[in-house]
Amino acid sequence: MSPLLEMKDLDFAYGDVHVLHGVSLTVDKGEIVTLVGSNGAGKSTTLRNISRLLKPRSGAIVFDGHDLTRLSPHAVVELGVVQVPEGRRVFPEMTVLENLRMGSYIKSARPDREKNIERALALFPRLRERRNQLAGTLSGGEQQMLAIGRGLMTKPRLLLLDEPSLGLSPLLVKTIFDTIAEINAQGTTVLLVEQNVFQSLRIAHRGYVLETGRMVLSGSGQDLLGNEQVKAAFLGV
Amino acid sequence: MAFFLQSVLSGVLIGGIYALIGIGLTLIFGVMRIINFAQGELVMVGMYVTFFLFRLAGIDPFLSVLLTMPALFVLGAILQSTLINRVLDALPQNQILLTIGIGLVLSNTAMLVFTSDYRILSTSYSSSSVAISGVHLSTPLLYCFAITVVITGALYWFLIRTDTGCAIRATAQDREAAQLMGVDVRRMSVLAFGLGAALAGAAGALVSPTYYIYPQVGGAFTLKAFVVVVLGGMGSIVGATLGGVIIGTAESLAAAYVSSGNKEMVVYVLFLLVLLFKPAGLLGKSRM
Ligand SMILES: Nc1ncnc2c1ncn2[C@@H]1O[C@H](COP(=O)(O)OP(=O)(O)O)[C@@H](O)[C@H]1O
Ligand SMILES: [Mg+2]
Repeated sequence: MSPLLEMKDLDFAYGDVHVLHGVSLTVDKGEIVTLVGSNGAGKSTTLRNISRLLKPRSGAIVFDGHDLTRLSPHAVVELGVVQVPEGRRVFPEMTVLENLRMGSYIKSARPDREKNIERALALFPRLRERRNQLAGTLSGGEQQMLAIGRGLMTKPRLLLLDEPSLGLSPLLVKTIFDTIAEINAQGTTVLLVEQNVFQSLRIAHRGYVLETGRMVLSGSGQDLLGNEQVKAAFLGV
Repeated sequence: MAFFLQSVLSGVLIGGIYALIGIGLTLIFGVMRIINFAQGELVMVGMYVTFFLFRLAGIDPFLSVLLTMPALFVLGAILQSTLINRVLDALPQNQILLTIGIGLVLSNTAMLVFTSDYRILSTSYSSSSVAISGVHLSTPLLYCFAITVVITGALYWFLIRTDTGCAIRATAQDREAAQLMGVDVRRMSVLAFGLGAALAGAAGALVSPTYYIYPQVGGAFTLKAFVVVVLGGMGSIVGATLGGVIIGTAESLAAAYVSSGNKEMVVYVLFLLVLLFKPAGLLGKSRM
């Protein structure tokens, strides 16, 4: 069976600055795959290429038989590939409910809108209390919950998460990772980008390590957790 | 007291028009971060369309709003998809040059086709007024204001209640995040410019019974719309609504108590004061 997402030899540059050098990865249906690496390694750039916010120099990105590099960003969403971007990026002047409704903007998601809002609020009860509050006035953790909830509103086939734990308290980090595992258990395939290597490898089936734009290691979550190189570079042991 | 009340009310009525033009400008700015310096020329086009609909087909100027709005929407959408979409990522000065250029082409074409003659659209009610307990208000301005309120209300409803309206606001608040929701932001830009132009066209129709119609009339409207939008906070629709009413009232009071020749000056002094003490505008932070 071919993977749900396959990225092959992706090359990307911001102008003259070559950032991704032949990056390849695959995600199978039902998996949580994590892409870890230190700040500036090129993780966000990789996800932004998948969502077509950036255009690669060369290489292929195939999702379920569709060549994503030919599509515009909104068409990628319509195929079922949804990204929760770094820094949450909620719509600050919209309420929590309006943000969730925007999450189901695409036509195919509108019939199940109310059901999916209910699901998101059940996943993050805090959001229910704040449902009529402007998103810009929420705390960082609440905004992250909203961003993830909003990303789930289309029932995506592949959810791309860019550093969902960034800037959250340790307790909240654990909640977020547990919720990601739960979302995956409910049937959503996840590609998780993180600097929090320990937590993300803990819940991931497989992982990749990106270093200055090159894929240097890959393996199962458990293998990478035990890998000496990973331990030295990221886990501080 | 009646005189004061009369000045304030007339100002509010005129302010409705400024608000309408300003809302169009701020809608376009909010979605694309481009200042449409051709906004006043679109009002001018609306005035000419109204004038000829009246002259040739006998269509009442207030009724012709129903025709000028869609006509200007189409013009705006065409301008956006053929010209302005190309400069979305360009330097601000290039964007400014483009919209100024569009304005020049529109006014010069009007001059070529219609000559620079001043035209007057006079209806049976053009100079009539209504007296309510000693306060005289011009009938066409009252009609004009009532229609402005309906149009503004409909726009608010559209932006708040419909999926497409929410997508326009989302694009204004965070263009990239909107794309990640599946919003086709180029389409939203076309829609926003079309709507902005339609509002300018409506304003053109509504003022044509009370203003001279000539090819250069647009410049003054652009300037006023710009002041209204900066006053209210760039990109804020509520701000532009408020800004329009404030400018209209200030102008009217200045004309009544200072001198009608100096009313513009009072407006700009007000404008400078806001810029000095509240540089982001009255509702600066709030977007759509
Ligand atoms: N808009 C940009 N223009 C130029 N360089 C950029 C831009 N965004 C990111 N970069 C550079 O690309 C590299 C990868 O960035 P990024 O993908 O954000 O890394 P990560 O998400 O792994 O922290 C970094 O060296 C960064 O400085
Ligand atoms: Mg990043």
